[in-house]
Amino acid sequence: MHSTFVSSAIRRSLLGAVTASAIALVAPFAHAADPDPKDWDAVLAQAKGQTVYFNAWGGATNINDYIAWAGGIVAERYGVTVEHVKLDDTANAVSTVLAEKTAGRDEGGSIDLIWINGENFAAMKDKGLMFTAGGDGWVEKLPNWSLVDFENNATIQTDFTIPVEGLEAPWGGAKLVFFHDEAREKSGPLPDSFLELVDWSKANKGRFSYPAPPDFIGSSLLKQALSELAPEPAKLLQPVEAEEFEAMTAPLFAALDALHPNMWRSGRAYPKNYPAMLQLLADGELDIIFAFNPAAASAEIAKNTLPDTVRSFTFSGGTLGNTHFTAIPYNANAKAGALVFANFLMSAEAQAQKQDPNIWGDPTILALDRLSAEDKARFDALDLGIATLKPDELGPKLPEPHPSWMVEIEKEWTRRYGAGN
Amino acid sequence: MLRLAPALAIGILLGPVAFGILATLIPAFGYLPSLGAFEVSTRYFAEVWATPGIVQSALLSLSTGLVTTAVALLVVFLFVAGWHGTPAFLRMQHFLSPLLSVPHAAAAFGLAFLIAPSGQIMRLLSPWATGSTRPPDLLILQDPLGLSMMAGLIVKEIPFLLLVTLAALPQASVARSGQIAGALGYGRMSGFLFTSWPAIYRQIRLAVFAVIAYATSVVDVAIILGPSTPSTLAVRLTQWMNDPDLALRLTASAGALVQLGLTLLAIALWIAAEWIGRLVRLSLERRGKRLARDQWLRGTALAATVLAGLAVFAGLAILAIWSVAGFWSFPDALPRNFTLDTWSRALPSIGRPLSITITTALAAVFAATALALACLELEARTGRTGGSRALWFVYLPLIVPQVSFVFGLQLFFLNIGLDATWLALAFVHLVFVLPYVFLSLSDPWRAWDQRYASIAYGLGATPNRTFWRVRLPMLLKPALAASAVGFAVSIGQYLPTVLIGAGRLPTITTEAVALASGGDRRVIGVYAFLQMVLPFIGFALATMIPAFLFRNRRDMGTAA
Repeated sequence: MHSTFVSSAIRRSLLGAVTASAIALVAPFAHAADPDPKDWDAVLAQAKGQTVYFNAWGGATNINDYIAWAGGIVAERYGVTVEHVKLDDTANAVSTVLAEKTAGRDEGGSIDLIWINGENFAAMKDKGLMFTAGGDGWVEKLPNWSLVDFENNATIQTDFTIPVEGLEAPWGGAKLVFFHDEAREKSGPLPDSFLELVDWSKANKGRFSYPAPPDFIGSSLLKQALSELAPEPAKLLQPVEAEEFEAMTAPLFAALDALHPNMWRSGRAYPKNYPAMLQLLADGELDIIFAFNPAAASAEIAKNTLPDTVRSFTFSGGTLGNTHFTAIPYNANAKAGALVFANFLMSAEAQAQKQDPNIWGDPTILALDRLSAEDKARFDALDLGIATLKPDELGPKLPEPHPSWMVEIEKEWTRRYGAGN
Repeated sequence: MLRLAPALAIGILLGPVAFGILATLIPAFGYLPSLGAFEVSTRYFAEVWATPGIVQSALLSLSTGLVTTAVALLVVFLFVAGWHGTPAFLRMQHFLSPLLSVPHAAAAFGLAFLIAPSGQIMRLLSPWATGSTRPPDLLILQDPLGLSMMAGLIVKEIPFLLLVTLAALPQASVARSGQIAGALGYGRMSGFLFTSWPAIYRQIRLAVFAVIAYATSVVDVAIILGPSTPSTLAVRLTQWMNDPDLALRLTASAGALVQLGLTLLAIALWIAAEWIGRLVRLSLERRGKRLARDQWLRGTALAATVLAGLAVFAGLAILAIWSVAGFWSFPDALPRNFTLDTWSRALPSIGRPLSITITTALAAVFAATALALACLELEARTGRTGGSRALWFVYLPLIVPQVSFVFGLQLFFLNIGLDATWLALAFVHLVFVLPYVFLSLSDPWRAWDQRYASIAYGLGATPNRTFWRVRLPMLLKPALAASAVGFAVSIGQYLPTVLIGAGRLPTITTEAVALASGGDRRVIGVYAFLQMVLPFIGFALATMIPAFLFRNRRDMGTAA
C-alpha cells in the first residue's frame, strides 16, 4: 500500500536501463570474477572492503536493529560494510534486478543480497536472476550449512513448492499463529479453524481484521484460508490453472464475503500491516490478530507494545509454515561480501541472537543437536517468553500453496474488495 | 555574475518542471525503450480509465483539493476580516507561525493520534462519557470520503494562507479603509470584504492555487489519513510506479498526466467559483448591505482558527508523549510508565537519515537564499522587477503536482549519471525551497528604505560594498527567517526525496512515513518529533544569530 513508496530502487533501475550501456562503458573492469564459495579463504579476502546493499523489508524497528547489529559484526570481523536498503515490498527488489537484466546491466547491479521467499523467489529463479555459483548453487557450500536442520525441516529446501537448489540461504523459520489478550472479554471459545474464525467474528463484531493483500501477512491469512477450504488441496501445490481457479477458490471467497461485514470497520478499511494490527490489539480495537512468528507476542510484550496478558494459539488442523531466506542476484556487485554476510546470518551466534524475544524472536533454522556445546548453550539460555507456544504446541505445518495461486487470488481480491464499493 | 541570477533562478524553477513533464509525457504514450515499449498509443490512458475505482479516486482527489482550499481560505478570510489590527490578531499570528514549519506528515500523524477511535480524545472521554473501556468501531481515519485527510490538510494550510495574507495586508491599507467603512456603518467584516479583500486576494491568488494543487496531489498525508478503498489518484499512481509489474510504469506515467489534468481542472473550477464569489460580493455591495452585526461570526472565526492551531499542537504533544511511552492501554489518558527505550533503540539508526536531512536542507537553503538575494539585489539596482510573470515562475513548482514531473525528473539524473546522489537530491530540494525563500524574502527586501543605499553611494561606497556592509546586515533577520522557512520546506519534502533518493538517501521524513506503515506509535512519535524539532531549531537560530551578532548594536534589534 502506501508503504510501497519507501523503496524506489526499482524505479531507479528501470530508468537506469536508459543509461545502462553508458555505465557499462564507464566502468569496464570494476568486477572481478565471481567468487567460489568452496574456496572460503578467497571469498573472505575478496569480501574485505566491499559494501553489501542488503535489500530487506524495513517496516519493523527490531528487525532493522538486528540487521544493523549483524552488519556491525561482519564489518568488524571481515571488513564487510552492510547497508540496509529498507524495502516495504520485496517485489520491488525483484523488479529492480529484472529491470537491470533487461537493460543489460549484468555486472555491478545495485542489489547484493535480498531477504526473500515464496513468490519473489519463484519469480527470480524463473527469470534467471539468481547468482548460481557456477550452476549448482552456493548455499550448501557455505561453512555454516553443516549446522542447518534441512533433514527435519522440508521448507528449507522447498520454498513454496519451488526447489531451492542452493540459490537462497535459510535465515529463519515461520509459522502462522494467532494472538489474543486474555484480559479482554470475548464471546464464545477461541476459533480452531478459518470457518470458526468467521463464526467467531459474527459473535465478536468488529474485533478481527487482516491487512489487505499484497501485504505479506494479509496474503498469508488468505493462503491459510485457501489451504483449509480448497476442495482439492493437492492441486494447490501445482501452478494454478485458469479453468479450475473459480471452483478452487469459491469456498474461500464465500467465507470472505461472510467475514467482511463483521470485521473491524465493517471491512471498509484494513489495518495497514502486521505492526498496525499489533497496535490495534494493544488498543483493544482487535481481539484476535495473527503473526508469522510464533515468538512475536513475547517480543512485543518485552517492548511494551503488548500487555503481558497476550497469549498465542493456533489451529489444531494446522497452520501455514515456511522458511525465509537471503539470496544473491546474478549481477550483484559485492557477491563475496554477500556470501560472507549470508553465512554469518546462518551462524549459531547470529541465529541465537535472532531467536531472543527481546531482539526479534525469529525461530532458528539450525539443528541444535549439531551445535557445539558452547553454541547450544546460547539457545538454552534463551527465555522464549510467556506468550510463546512450545514447539510441540505449534500444531501441524500446512505447506505453502504454489506461488501462482496468490498472484491470481490477490487480483481477484482487489477486484472484489480493494477498489471501493 | 549578478546579471545571470534571474536567468539561473528561472532555469531552476522552470527547467525541472518542463523536463519532468516531458519525460512523463513520452512513456505515457507508450514509448519506453528500456521496457521494450516502442509503440506510440493511447492504450495506457485506456488502462488508467479501466482501473477499478479510478473515477472514485479521481473524484476524491478533486474534492479533497477544492474542499481543503475552500475551508482553509474561508477560515483565514473570516479571521483576518474579523480580527486584523487587534491584539488578539497579533497573538494568533505568533501562535500559528511556528505551525508553518511543521511538516505535513508530522501534523497528520499528530491528528491521527488525536482523533482515531483509540486516539487521545476518545481516551479522555472514556469510559465516563462513552461508557466503554474499548475504542468504538468507527471509521474515523481512512474514511471513504476523505474527511479526516481534508481535516489534516486544512489545519496545515490555514497557517500557510494566513501568513501569505499577512504579507499582503500592508499593501492594502486595511486599517484606513476599515475606518472609513466603519464610519459609513459597515460591519468590521463586511467593510474588509468590500474595501480590502479584492486587492489582497489578487495578491494571494497564486498561493491559493498552490494549495489546490498540493491538496489534489498530496501523497504522504493521503497515506496517513486518507482512505485506501480506494486511495486518492496520486497515491494509486505512486503505487503503480512501484509495482513489480514493470508495464504498470507506463500506466503510471499516463496517470501522472491525468493527475496534472485533474489539478488544472480543480483550479479551473476554483476560478469559476471565484466568479460566483465576486458576483455575490458585488450584489451585497450594490444592495448596500452593512452586515454590522458580525460579532457571532467573528467569534466563530476566532474559534475555528484557534481550534485548527490547537489540533496541530495537541497532536504534536501526543506524538512526543508516545515517543517516551511504556505500555499504554486504552482508555488510559497517560501511559502506565515512561521509558526512553524507544529513543535509545531508534538513535543508532537515526544518524544517517538525520545527517542527510540536515546537509540536504542546508545546501538547498544556502543556494536558494544566495539566488534570491542576487535576484532581489539586481532588482534593487536596476529597478526592474519581474512583475506578475516572474511570480508565476516562482509558483510554478508549487502549482504543478509533484507526481506529474518528479517521475520524469529521475530520468534526467540518470542520463547525467547523478541518480540517487546527494547532489541530485539537494538540487531537487532547491527547486521546492527556492519559491518559499524568494516569497519570504522579497517583501521585507523590497520594503527596505532605498535612501540608506543612496546615502552609502553618496559616501562613495560601491554597490557591492553597500550590499555587504549596509543592506545585508540590516536585512539579515528577514534573510535568516526566509532561510529557516526554506529549511523547514526541505525537511518536509517526501515524494521528491523518495523518488530522487531511490531508497538510498533516507531522510527523517521518508523514514517517518515508512515507519507509519509499521503503525508503531512510539517509533512514529520519535521520527515525527524530530521532524518538528528540526525546523524549530532552524527558526531559533534565525532569531538568535542576528541577536548575537548585533548584541552591541541597539538599533539593529529593531531594524527591518
